[in-house]
Amino acid sequence: MQIYRGHVLICAGTGCVASGSKKVQAEMANQLEAFNLENDIKIVETGCHGFCEMGPIVIVYPEGIFYCQVKMEDVKEIVEEHLLKGRPVKRLLFRDQMTEEMVPHYRDIDFYKKQNRIVLGNCGFINPENIKEYIARDGYEALAKALTQMTPEQVIDEVKASGLRGRGGGGFPTGLKWQFARDAKGDKKYVICNADEGDPGAFMDRSVLEGDPHALIEGMAIAAYAIGSDEGYIYVRAEYPLAIKRLQIAIAQAHELGLLGKDIFGSGFNFKLNIKEGAGAFVCGEETALIASIEGRRGEPRVRPPFPANKGLWGKPSNVNNVETFANVPRIIAKGSQWYAGMGTEKSKGTKVFALTGKVKNTGLAEVTMGLTLREIIFEIGGGIIDDKKFKAVQIGGPSGGCIPEQLLDLPIDYDSLISAGAMMGSGGLVVMDEDTCMVELARFFLNFTQMESCGKCTPCREGTKIMLDILERITKGEGKEGDIELLESLAKTIKSTSLCGLGQTAPNPVLATLRYFRDEYEAHIKEKRCPAGVCTALASYSILEDKCIGCTACARVCPVNAISGEVKKPHKIDPAKCIKCGACAQACKFNAIVKK
Amino acid sequence: MGKCCCGSDCQDSRFTEILEQYKGKDGVLIPVLQKAQEIKGYLPEETIRAIADYFNKPYSEVYGVATFYAQFRLKPSGENIIRVCAGTACHVRGGKKILDKVCSELNVAPGETSADGKFSLEPVACLGACGLAPVMMINDTTYGRLTPEKVTEILAKY
Ligand SMILES: Cc1cc2nc3c(=O)[nH]c(=O)nc-3n(C[C@H](O)[C@H](O)[C@H](O)COP(=O)(O)O)c2cc1C
Ligand code: SF4
Ligand code: FES
Repeated sequence: MQIYRGHVLICAGTGCVASGSKKVQAEMANQLEAFNLENDIKIVETGCHGFCEMGPIVIVYPEGIFYCQVKMEDVKEIVEEHLLKGRPVKRLLFRDQMTEEMVPHYRDIDFYKKQNRIVLGNCGFINPENIKEYIARDGYEALAKALTQMTPEQVIDEVKASGLRGRGGGGFPTGLKWQFARDAKGDKKYVICNADEGDPGAFMDRSVLEGDPHALIEGMAIAAYAIGSDEGYIYVRAEYPLAIKRLQIAIAQAHELGLLGKDIFGSGFNFKLNIKEGAGAFVCGEETALIASIEGRRGEPRVRPPFPANKGLWGKPSNVNNVETFANVPRIIAKGSQWYAGMGTEKSKGTKVFALTGKVKNTGLAEVTMGLTLREIIFEIGGGIIDDKKFKAVQIGGPSGGCIPEQLLDLPIDYDSLISAGAMMGSGGLVVMDEDTCMVELARFFLNFTQMESCGKCTPCREGTKIMLDILERITKGEGKEGDIELLESLAKTIKSTSLCGLGQTAPNPVLATLRYFRDEYEAHIKEKRCPAGVCTALASYSILEDKCIGCTACARVCPVNAISGEVKKPHKIDPAKCIKCGACAQACKFNAIVKK
Repeated sequence: MGKCCCGSDCQDSRFTEILEQYKGKDGVLIPVLQKAQEIKGYLPEETIRAIADYFNKPYSEVYGVATFYAQFRLKPSGENIIRVCAGTACHVRGGKKILDKVCSELNVAPGETSADGKFSLEPVACLGACGLAPVMMINDTTYGRLTPEKVTEILAKY
C-alpha cells in the first residue's frame, strides 16, 4: 500500500458540491500534479461535515487545518504555500464570528466545540465510497460482536438498556419495538429503514446516507439478527440521488466482503438489503404509507393496529426505524449500553442531530447530547442571529411541530420537554427566525405544506386543513374577521382528534403553537390590519422619507408599475393606488429612504 | 424484444426491456413508472395503459399511483427542469422572492412550462441543502445562497 505524507479531505456532500467543491477537487488534482506532489499527498472525497454554511470545506491532514469557502482560485495557493512549503494559508482559515480571530483547527471552532459527534463521528472523515475506511474506524466490529458473542435476546436487551428512542420523530423506545417484531409469529420478517426525510429543513439523514452509509447498513444488519429477519429495505426519497448512489456502492462492497449476504461471519445469519426509491410524497414518511409505497401502491396510511411489527410489508412482521436510529446501534453494541445511557437526560439518552437553519449565523448539522438547551445550540454552536438581529422563535419538529419563543430558550431539550412546550422533536429540524418573521405567515406556510401533502384519505385532514389555510390566507391578506382565532382553534381540535395518521393529527400544531406564544400578532392582523413584522404584503405600505431621498431615481427605474414619480435630485413619491407592494424600490434604494410599514 | 409495446409507434426497445425486467415481481409499479418516465420524460396515457395491461392491473390503479406521487409528470416537460425550494429553511430566508423572480423572468407559473419549451418550473419541498438557503436546482445542479440578481445570471446560462 502506498503511504502518503499528507491527506487533503474535500467535502463532497450536497451542500459543498452546490458551493463548488467538485471544481475545487479537480483543481486540487491538477495542482498536485503540477507541483509533483501526487505521490505524496492524497485527495480524499468525504461526506458532509455539517458546516455547510462555510463550504466548500477542505481539511489538510496530518495538521488538521480547516479551510473554508475555498474557491478554485485558492487551490494553487494551498498547494504551493501549505502542502509544499508548510505554511497554512491564513486568509482561508475559519474566523470566529465574535472575536474575529482565526481558528486553524477543526476541534477548536465554536461550531464543533459543544457538539458530541457520535452518529456523525465518521461523516467528513472517511471516504463513504470505500468500505475499508469505515472498517479502519472499527466498522462492522459491532456486527461481528452481535453475531458471534451475543444472542438476539441479548442484543435487544442491550438496546433496551441503552435507552435509545426512535429518531424519526415519535421517540418510541427502539429496543421495545424490536422485541415486538421478534415476538411476532412469522416465517419471514423484514427490517425497513425510513430514509424518506420529508421534513423540509432537515437533512441529517441525508448526511449519514451520504457520509457514512455503512453505519446504517451495519445497524440494520444487527436489527435483522435481533428480530430474526433476513431481508431489509431502505426507502430513500428520490430527491437524494447522491445518497442512493452511495448506498448502492456501500451495499455492493459489503456483499463483496461477506458482510452482507449468506452466512455472515460464519454465524449462519443471512441478510440481504434492497433500496427503494421514493417518488415524492411527504406522507410516505409515515410507516404504514411507506410500506404501501414499497409494495407499489399509493402511499396512503392505514389504521394501526395491526402495527407493522405484526403485519407489515407483504403482511409480514416488519420493523421500521429511522436512519439516525439505526446509525446509533453499532456504537451502542460496540461500546455498551452503559456508556450510551450515561449521556443525556433521564428519559432521553444519547445524542440528537439537529439541522440548524434559517436566520442563524452558522447553519449546518449539530449533534449534541440530549439535554443541552436551545440557547446553547442557537447562540453558541449557531453563533447567534444573522446581522445580530433579535431572535424571535425557533421552529422545531417541522410542519408537525411548533415554535419555541425566547422565554423558553433555556429549556433542556429532550422528547418530553418539547412536547410540553407545544412542539416536538420530530426529525430535529431547527429553523431559526428573527424579528423579521411574521408568525401568522409562518403558520400559513406550514398549513399550505400539510394541506398539499395530505393524502386525502380522511375528511378532517383533507378538508379541515384547507379551511384552516383559507382562514390564515385571509388573515395575512388583511381580511381577517372577529372570531377567526376561535374558529382556527376549534378546527385544530377536531382535526387533531379525528385524523387517521400523524400528518393530520399534527398538522394544526404550528397554528396552535403560534397562537399560544404570538396571539398578539394574530390580533394585530385581524383588528388593526397591521403586520407587526412587516412581512404580509397586503398589509404593508411603502413610502419615501423626504429627508433621506436624494432623488437618484433608482427606485423609479425599477418600479414595474411606474408608481414612483419625482424630478431628478428632488425627493420622490410613491402613488399608493398604483403600488403593488413588490418591494423592488426598497431593495434598489441605497440611502434607506424607502420604508415599509 | 422487437417492437416497442408502449402503445405509441415509437421504435424504442428500452421500454419493453424494462417491462420484461420487472415481470412477475412484486411491488414493481413505482420503479417501472420511474424508469418509463426516465426514457420518455413524462408518462403519456398510452404508456400508463401499456403498463397496466402488461402487469394485468386496472388502468385506474396505475393511473392512481402515477397521480399520487409528485415525481410523475403526465405532461411533457421543458428542456430544463427548474426546482425552486419551497422548504422551511428556504422560506424564512426569502425563498418566495426567488420563486417570484424565476416566475417573472420566464413568465411561467409554478407547475408550468415556458412558452419556448425551454424551462419547466416545479416547486419542491426541500432539496436537502438547507444550509445554503435559499436554494434551487436546475436539472442536476444545485445553486445555493441565491438572490434575485443571481437568478437572472444563472438563467442566462441555459
Ligand atoms: C406524516 C409523517 C411523516 C413522517 N416522516 C418521517 C420521515 O421522514 N422519516 C422518519 O424516519 N420518520 C418519519 N415519520 C415517523 C414514522 O412513521 C416512524 O414512526 C418512524 O420511521 C419510526 O422510526 P423510529 O422509531 O426509529 O423513529 C413520519 C410520520 C408521519 C406521520
Ligand atoms: S390524516 Fe391526512 S395524511 Fe393521514 S391518512 Fe388521513 S388524510 Fe391521509
Ligand atoms: S428548505 Fe430549502 S433546501 Fe431544505
